Amino acid sequence: MHSSATFLIEFGAIILGLGLLGRFAGRFQFSPIPLYLLAGLAFGEGGLLPLGTSEEFVAIGAEIGVILLLLMLGLEYTATDLVSNLKTQYPAGLVDAALNALPGAAMALLLGWGPVAAVVLAGVTWISSSGVIAKVLGDLGRLGNRETPVILSILVLEDLSMAVYLPIITALLAGAGLAAGSATLAIALGVAGLVLVVAVRYGRHLSRFVSSDDPEKLLLVVLGLTLLVAGVAQQLQVSAAVGAFLVGIALSGEVAEGAHGLLSPLRDLFAAVFFVFFGLHTDPASIPPVLLPALALALVTAGTKIATGYWAAKRAGISAKGRWRAGGTLVARGEFSIVIAGLAVTSGIEPRLGPLATAYVLILVIIGPLTARYTEPVATRLTTRHRQPTIPAADTPQDRDLVPSPDTPIDT
Amino acid sequence: MGTPRLSSTPLPGIGVRYDLTTREQRRLSVVAHRDGGRTLSAYRTDDPDACALSVRLSAGESAALIDALMPAHHSPNLLSTTELGLVAERIELSSVSHWNGRVLGDTRMRTETGASIVAVLRRAEAIPSPTPDFRLAGGDTLIVIGTREGVETAAAILGRE
Repeated sequence: MHSSATFLIEFGAIILGLGLLGRFAGRFQFSPIPLYLLAGLAFGEGGLLPLGTSEEFVAIGAEIGVILLLLMLGLEYTATDLVSNLKTQYPAGLVDAALNALPGAAMALLLGWGPVAAVVLAGVTWISSSGVIAKVLGDLGRLGNRETPVILSILVLEDLSMAVYLPIITALLAGAGLAAGSATLAIALGVAGLVLVVAVRYGRHLSRFVSSDDPEKLLLVVLGLTLLVAGVAQQLQVSAAVGAFLVGIALSGEVAEGAHGLLSPLRDLFAAVFFVFFGLHTDPASIPPVLLPALALALVTAGTKIATGYWAAKRAGISAKGRWRAGGTLVARGEFSIVIAGLAVTSGIEPRLGPLATAYVLILVIIGPLTARYTEPVATRLTTRHRQPTIPAADTPQDRDLVPSPDTPIDT
Repeated sequence: MGTPRLSSTPLPGIGVRYDLTTREQRRLSVVAHRDGGRTLSAYRTDDPDACALSVRLSAGESAALIDALMPAHHSPNLLSTTELGLVAERIELSSVSHWNGRVLGDTRMRTETGASIVAVLRRAEAIPSPTPDFRLAGGDTLIVIGTREGVETAAAILGRE
C-alpha cells in the first residue's frame, strides 16, 4: 500500500474518532480532553492499534497544538488585564503557587525522581485549567456570581506565571549546567519581560500592522507571525509556547477578536491532536503502577486548590458560601498540566512522569466539575451542623470593591 | 433616591460584568460577552454572591429585551391599541415562510382567528384590503387587526415555515 494512502487513512481515522468522542462527551456535558487522552493511550505503544506512518505528522501537529493553545490564551487577555491583575492580586497568586506547586514537587522527591522532575511535577499540579473552568462557570450559571472575578484573576496569574515558568523548565530539561543554565534563563526572562513591556506600550502598533479586513489574510499573517516567533523563542531557549503566548498578549482589540474567531477551529483540531500525541507516548501498562501516587496527589491538590480559592475569595470580601464555590471551581486541571508534562516526556527525563501526569489529569478533569458543583453545599452542611443556623445576612447596600480596578460609574 | 449606578467589573477572558442594585436592594447583573452575547443574572437574597437566575441571551434577544425595558416603550410592531381591546399589529413574513407564493385565502385567517388583514406593505407600496386571491411573498408586512388573542394566533399562523 502506498504510504500517502496509509497516512490519510490513519490520520483520517484518528480525527474522525476524535470527532465522535467529542460528540459523546458533549452529550454528557463534560470536557472531551480525558477521552482524547484515552484515545491516544489506546493507539500508542503497547496499545490496541499501534500507528505507523502518521506518527511523524501527529508529532508536528501536537507541537502546533501547544503553540495554538497558548496563542489563544494570550488573545483572551490584554496586556493591561495582566498587569492590573498582577498589581492587585499577586498575594493570591503567591498563595496559589505555594499551596499547589509544593505537593507536586514533594511527590516527585518522595518517589526519588530528582529535582528537575520535581520542578516539572510542581507545574503539573499548580496550573488549573482555564478552559474547563470557564466552561463550568457558564454551565452552572455562575458567570454573574461575585466570586467569579476572583477565580478568573487567579487563572490570569497562573497563565502569566507560565510565561516565566516554561522557560525555566525548558532550560532545566535541556540539561544545561548551572552557569549555562542561568545564562539561558536570564536571556529567557529578559526576552519575556521585554515582549511584555513592548506589548503594553506598543501593542497597538503591532495590532495595526497585523490588522486586515480580509479573514484569509488575517489568518495567514497571525498564524505565520505566531509560528515564526515561536520558532525564534525556541531557538533562544525560551520555549515555543511562551513565544506564542506573548504574541497573543501583544495582539489586542479588533485583531485579537478576529483572530480568535478564525483560529478557534484550528486550535480545537491541533489541540485534540496534541492530547492524542501525549497519550500515544504513554504506555497504558505503565499507568497502574503510578495510579496510587496519582490518586493521592489528586486528592491533596484538590484540597489545596479549595483552600486557595477560599482564601482568595475571603480576601476579596466574599461570604462563606462564595468562598467554598471559588475553591471548588479551581480544582480542575487540564490542558496545561499536559503541556508541561509533554515537555518533560519529549526530553525523556523520567519515564514514569508521563503516566503519572496522565492519570492525575484524567482524575482531576473529571472530578473538577463535580467539586465546582458540590463543594459549597457539602461544606455548608458540615459547617452549619456544628453551629447554630445563622440568620441569612441582608444584602449590603453598598457594593464592596472586589475588583482589580475601582468601580467605574457609567453615564446613563 | 439617587440615580441608579451601574458599576463594571472586568472578567478577564470572558468580558465585562455590569452590576445594578435596585431601590429594593435586589441586585442584577449583565455579563457582556465578547461575542456580543449577554448573560442576565439576578442574585439571591439569602446569598448575595450567587445568582438565582442566569439566562444566556443572543445579541438579537438582548436587543428585543432592551426594547421592552425602555421607559418610553412602543413596540415597533404595534400600531395602536384601543380601549375596546382591539389590537393592530405589523407581522412580517420571513423569506422561508410557508405562505411565500401562496394566496391569502389559504391562510383562512378570518375563519381561524377572527382577525382581519387590512393591508399588505410590500417594498415601497401598500396594498389596502387584499382579496383572498392576493398572492403573498416573503418579506411582505401584513397589518392585522383583531382581539389580542386573535392577533397572537394570526402571528403564529403567519410564522409557519
